[in-house]
Amino acid sequence: MRSSSSHLKDLDYSVVQQCMHCGLCLPSCPTYVATKVERHSPRGRIALMRAIADERLEVSRTFGEEMYFCLGCLACMTACPAGVNYAELFEHARAEAEASGVLRSPRRNLIRAVAIHWLFSNMNRLQTVGRLLRLYQQLGLQDLVRRSGVLKLLPKRLRELEASTPEIQRYFSSELIPTITAPAGQKRYRVAMLTGCAQDLIFSDVNRDTVEVLARNGCEVVTPAEQLCCGSLHAHNGEWNSAQELARKQIDRFPPEQFDAIITNAGGCGSHLKHYHKLLADDAVYAERAKIWDQKVKDIHEWLDQIGLEPPGKGAPGGVVTYHESCHLAHGQKITAEPRRLLRAIPNLQLVELPESNWCCGSAGIYNLLQPEMANDLLQRKLRHIRSTGATVVATGNPGCLLQLINGAKQEGLPLRIVHPITLLAEAYRRS
Amino acid sequence: MPTAENTLLELARITGGENLLTSQEDLIPYSFDGTAALQQMPGCVVFPKTTEHVAAILRWSNQTKTPVVTRGSGTGLSGGSLPIKDCIVLCLVKMDQILELDRANLTLLSEAGVVTQSISDAAGAAGLFYPPDPGSMKISTIGGNVAENSGGLRGLKYGITRNYVMGLEAVLPDGEILWTGNKCVKDVAGYSLKDLFIGSEGTLGVITKVLLRLLPKPAAKTTMVATFSQMERAAQTVSDIIAARIIPCTLEFLDRTTIHCVEDFAKVGLPLDCEALLLMETDGHPAAVADEAARMEQIARANGAVEVRVAKDEAEAAALATARRSAFSALARVAPTTILEDATVPRSELAGMIRFVAAVATKYRLRIGTFGHMGDGNLHPTFLTDERNKEEMHRVEEAFKEIFDEAIRLGGTITGEHGVGVAKKSILPKFAGNAQMRVMRELRRALDPNGVLNPGKMFD
Repeated sequence: MRSSSSHLKDLDYSVVQQCMHCGLCLPSCPTYVATKVERHSPRGRIALMRAIADERLEVSRTFGEEMYFCLGCLACMTACPAGVNYAELFEHARAEAEASGVLRSPRRNLIRAVAIHWLFSNMNRLQTVGRLLRLYQQLGLQDLVRRSGVLKLLPKRLRELEASTPEIQRYFSSELIPTITAPAGQKRYRVAMLTGCAQDLIFSDVNRDTVEVLARNGCEVVTPAEQLCCGSLHAHNGEWNSAQELARKQIDRFPPEQFDAIITNAGGCGSHLKHYHKLLADDAVYAERAKIWDQKVKDIHEWLDQIGLEPPGKGAPGGVVTYHESCHLAHGQKITAEPRRLLRAIPNLQLVELPESNWCCGSAGIYNLLQPEMANDLLQRKLRHIRSTGATVVATGNPGCLLQLINGAKQEGLPLRIVHPITLLAEAYRRS
Repeated sequence: MPTAENTLLELARITGGENLLTSQEDLIPYSFDGTAALQQMPGCVVFPKTTEHVAAILRWSNQTKTPVVTRGSGTGLSGGSLPIKDCIVLCLVKMDQILELDRANLTLLSEAGVVTQSISDAAGAAGLFYPPDPGSMKISTIGGNVAENSGGLRGLKYGITRNYVMGLEAVLPDGEILWTGNKCVKDVAGYSLKDLFIGSEGTLGVITKVLLRLLPKPAAKTTMVATFSQMERAAQTVSDIIAARIIPCTLEFLDRTTIHCVEDFAKVGLPLDCEALLLMETDGHPAAVADEAARMEQIARANGAVEVRVAKDEAEAAALATARRSAFSALARVAPTTILEDATVPRSELAGMIRFVAAVATKYRLRIGTFGHMGDGNLHPTFLTDERNKEEMHRVEEAFKEIFDEAIRLGGTITGEHGVGVAKKSILPKFAGNAQMRVMRELRRALDPNGVLNPGKMFD
């Protein structure tokens, strides 16, 4: 098993050496384009990682902070002709920063302990917190507090955070979706449905829509009530061991041999879920099953495209939609044509291309909480492009992007509907 | 010796503290450029915002004899912007404004740090055309292109960066600001100093602004890919096309190894079962383009082309050109270190030179991928190696020596478009000869008597 002493030094050197520093990644990197400073570019970050592997540089606080200034959007992987596996490098670099302790501070330790180790390691806790928040919102307490002016006492950053609190759904996925959903018509496939963690609290309706769409396309859908976080939050935040633990539990919960596909509708989760084998490569018990797992995990757009989508008879009432690409769907999973084909399959819906559609919206997992300034710059850039399309509907396949754009549209007072492509498809089926 | 404290204070005073980098973590990413296996730590990195900043920095460095290495995006392939130990890296990427597009005179005035692609896009938006398109144009800066006299895929018909520079502003090592050239097509007043600065690799002055010549955008363009079972047949096709008095804007070739790497990355549907691929493009008046494209296809078929595919639209043509531009980086897929050269020979000698390169690779037991600009004789033999394997790296050096000797023997040059920098420094004297070396040294001494600009580069 990989030691936590030095992730970068233990890494196969060919991974760091793969970067031949040609610079072709620079124009694709949002943090480089914003700053024009090499340290904030993929090439610069890899140079720092290599310097640590070569023992020319100590793991320092600046190094750690740089690794967290990276969005992890993986646009550089799409741009890189040399095929550098930046995702792997980046996860190890963050793990290195965490293991070394250079970033520790009482406040940061507390936040990480609560969020990563306590909240997102256990779905019951997450749902309990979700229920409390839901109650708070449903009883009108949130409105009351907001109107009372008491929030003005909070520091500016906390006020902004409070304003972006997502609305918790009335029902969680397990309350909307039965454990087994029968296919409409003949059963063609048996699939498992991952309801996610944040997705479950904030977009359980998207989960319900996904199951409906799957059933409509001949899939028997297995959706266990008790689910887990996929561990991407942990892997992306340097918590390698927790990520491994969650991956093992996930494989036990959804034995990959029993399904034709394991479906996710969250781009960020999918990108991580498809790499369990890398995570568990040294695990004598799970390594082989992780390989099967990786092959079975399918993003919903990818799966529907693969099995041949039943075209909806009646479409949208009419309207113009534009498509924002989740970074980890486009760059992490290379799924770009499928969601567009899905949207084009909906009658009466006109798809207009979004300029820079695969440029990060600033959500980037929990980046918008940690780096609000850069995240907001990216959000504004995205909203500017959305406005230029004249679309009234923005479709995007990842909960982080959905939330970021919903908040952005709210702040700017833009009359936009931000929606998962699958919801548009489900609505079209319901009309038919 | 790290950069002196008073130098850092002065640089911060000139440009503002946020435009000066000094930490290890900030300097390591500037310790290399696009060239393989070269690294050196600078003392600091400074980002001037104006020509006056550059002048003030150079005045200071000249007085204190602190070496300065000018840099754009650091994509160079000969180590031209590789730092000198503890030098000041003068990074111009924040001087990034296009200042004027003159539609009446067909010129564009730009600051040095503007990305080449932005120049191309700005010209295109006005219905005009800036032809030089180096492989790194998506991120390379125009100042770097002029300082290195970059080439690209359109050299055969349109020439290189030099052919599009009408004027430039340069700051001399003593801080004096010099403007040379103008918007006149004809101008013979005095020495053509702009030509001295083009390709001077940051040794004579710091180029801060450039005045570029633009062309009307060609009305039509056809892009084709032809594949061959032998490299010889591709080379013969190129010779026959030129002999048929056709000058296409692009005649690029890739060998088998390169084709596989490029397709692996770009996924543009290149055929994988051939030994050579020609990317051909003709542009101009629609009738002429149609005629030339038909004749080029005919010539390729007459030379036994396995397949000739015509790009169906602008998007496919652009994807093919982008794929070709990725060739050098894509070769890194198969080896940790890719050492790229750009030996160039007169067009007529090209087929022989390709054969020679293949023979040398075999002789030294080296893996090689070769691609390049077949139309203008500019080859890019790229050795696929590992810089940690000292013994193999030695063989790479020996192989290159033979390749350069042969290029010189055939009346060619040691570098067609990448520059001398440090990569070709040792062989420049042999290539250039005593008289040229003496004049170059005297010129450099006259302009930079204290030797502060890019010392140790090109020649000592």
